[in-house]
Amino acid sequence: MIYYDRVSKMYADSSVALEDVSFSVEPGEFISIVGHSGAGKTTLVKMLLAEERPSAGSVFFESINVHQVPLHKMNDLRRKIGTVFQDFRLLPQKTAYENIAFAMEAAGRSEEEIHSDVPHVLDLVDLSDKMNNFPDELSGGEQQRVAIARAIVNQPDVIVADEPTGNLDPVNTFEVVQILKKINDLGTTVILTTHNKGVIDSLKKRVITMDRGKVIRDDREGKYIL
Amino acid sequence: MNVVTIKRIFRAGLLDFWRNGFVSLASTLVMTVTLFVVGVTLFAGVILNATLNDLRDKADVNVYFVLDTPTEQIFELQASVEALPEVQAVQYVSAEEALAAFRERNQAKQLTLQALDELGENPLGAMLKIKAKDISQYDTIANFLKQQQALSAGEPSIIDTVNYFDATHRQALERLQNITDSGQRLGFIVIAILILTTLAISFNTLRLAIYTSRDEIQVMRLVGAGQFYIRAPFMVEGVLYGLIAGVITLLLFYPLTYWMGRETVYFFGGINVFSYYLSHFLLFFLVIVGTGVVLGALASFMAVRRYLKI
Repeated sequence: MIYYDRVSKMYADSSVALEDVSFSVEPGEFISIVGHSGAGKTTLVKMLLAEERPSAGSVFFESINVHQVPLHKMNDLRRKIGTVFQDFRLLPQKTAYENIAFAMEAAGRSEEEIHSDVPHVLDLVDLSDKMNNFPDELSGGEQQRVAIARAIVNQPDVIVADEPTGNLDPVNTFEVVQILKKINDLGTTVILTTHNKGVIDSLKKRVITMDRGKVIRDDREGKYIL
Repeated sequence: MNVVTIKRIFRAGLLDFWRNGFVSLASTLVMTVTLFVVGVTLFAGVILNATLNDLRDKADVNVYFVLDTPTEQIFELQASVEALPEVQAVQYVSAEEALAAFRERNQAKQLTLQALDELGENPLGAMLKIKAKDISQYDTIANFLKQQQALSAGEPSIIDTVNYFDATHRQALERLQNITDSGQRLGFIVIAILILTTLAISFNTLRLAIYTSRDEIQVMRLVGAGQFYIRAPFMVEGVLYGLIAGVITLLLFYPLTYWMGRETVYFFGGINVFSYYLSHFLLFFLVIVGTGVVLGALASFMAVRRYLKI
């Protein structure tokens, strides 16, 4: 479903973010990418979203080379990938409801679908009572749950969560991971990057370990080993 | 693009305008200043033109006739001068009218008037005041008169003098032409600089307003929104700034021109800015609101573009 083919990324100052990375992700998998800060986890995720271009190699999503998709067609690709970021990246001028509705509007969904689906996903992340609050009126954990609701509302094929628990306390971290597991149980592929040992060890899923831009381990039922 | 999408775009633009209250207020105010300058320059252009035309209108060429020239001959010449394409108007001033005007001009000079009374008869001849369509055309008219004088070679000419052949009069005419020409040129340059500067300031303010939303634009891209769907609400916001600023400017001009109208009617070459504003309201509306709307839409369109490139 997703295939990284010998991907490298070098910056202008000749620092290396990724070096010859290859791996594939099967549909329905839950894979965690672990590593210290600066290991290249976020760059790897940005490659899939075409936020960054590789210096060498290719990234394929369902046999499409994502870096050959023209800018005006990129939205079609991105609607198939739900994204959750460490810093939540909600739209500050929109309420929780509107943030989720925006993703649906952007995908061209009808008003009826929006009216029925948004309350449903808000209920799924246990935020029905906060739907009219703006992001700055929500706690970090609540904001991240809104971000997850936004990521899943269009029923994407893949959820990419880049350090989603990085700014959260243990309780909120646990809740976010439980939601991701639930999404995966429903058949959605999940790619999670983190450096939280507790999260990884509790998941018992595939783990790719990165160090200085290289994949150093790829374990079927891995643990956080660094 | 369907009706639902258009509705969403307008709703998003209006909501963002309202929720970004301070940014909207600042952008609208800056745009108001811009449109005010555009309006003022529009007025300045009209006034400048009127003043220059007024000045140009002061220029003429006088043909003085020999004393006791029969009026039929003068009228004959008047008719042939009037037939020239360069001539705008020819006014006949009889010897009596010339004397009356002379007396009025020299009211304060008792000695002159006394001398005139002593003479007992009118020393002034009749004359024609010729106005050309353009200052530069006096030369052609003067040449025509010269020819007329030459034609009457056999018999004595009826024309006594033509003041155009007087060096000082000619110089004054040339200077007037230079002043009005450079006045127009300078006016145009000043107006162009003013308009360009304020447009640039407005443009940049809108760019800054959108700069504050650059992260949002990127997030919108990453959650799968199309380029147009992101850009259009910003353009709606820009158009709103322009519309509101345009209306404020038009409202401001009403009391301002009313107050200025009477005070400045003589100063500005006979134009009452208030009545001009009212009679040309549609023009002002189209130029000011049109500039605001186009500027708002264009600046937003261009400012968003650079953040859409992901």
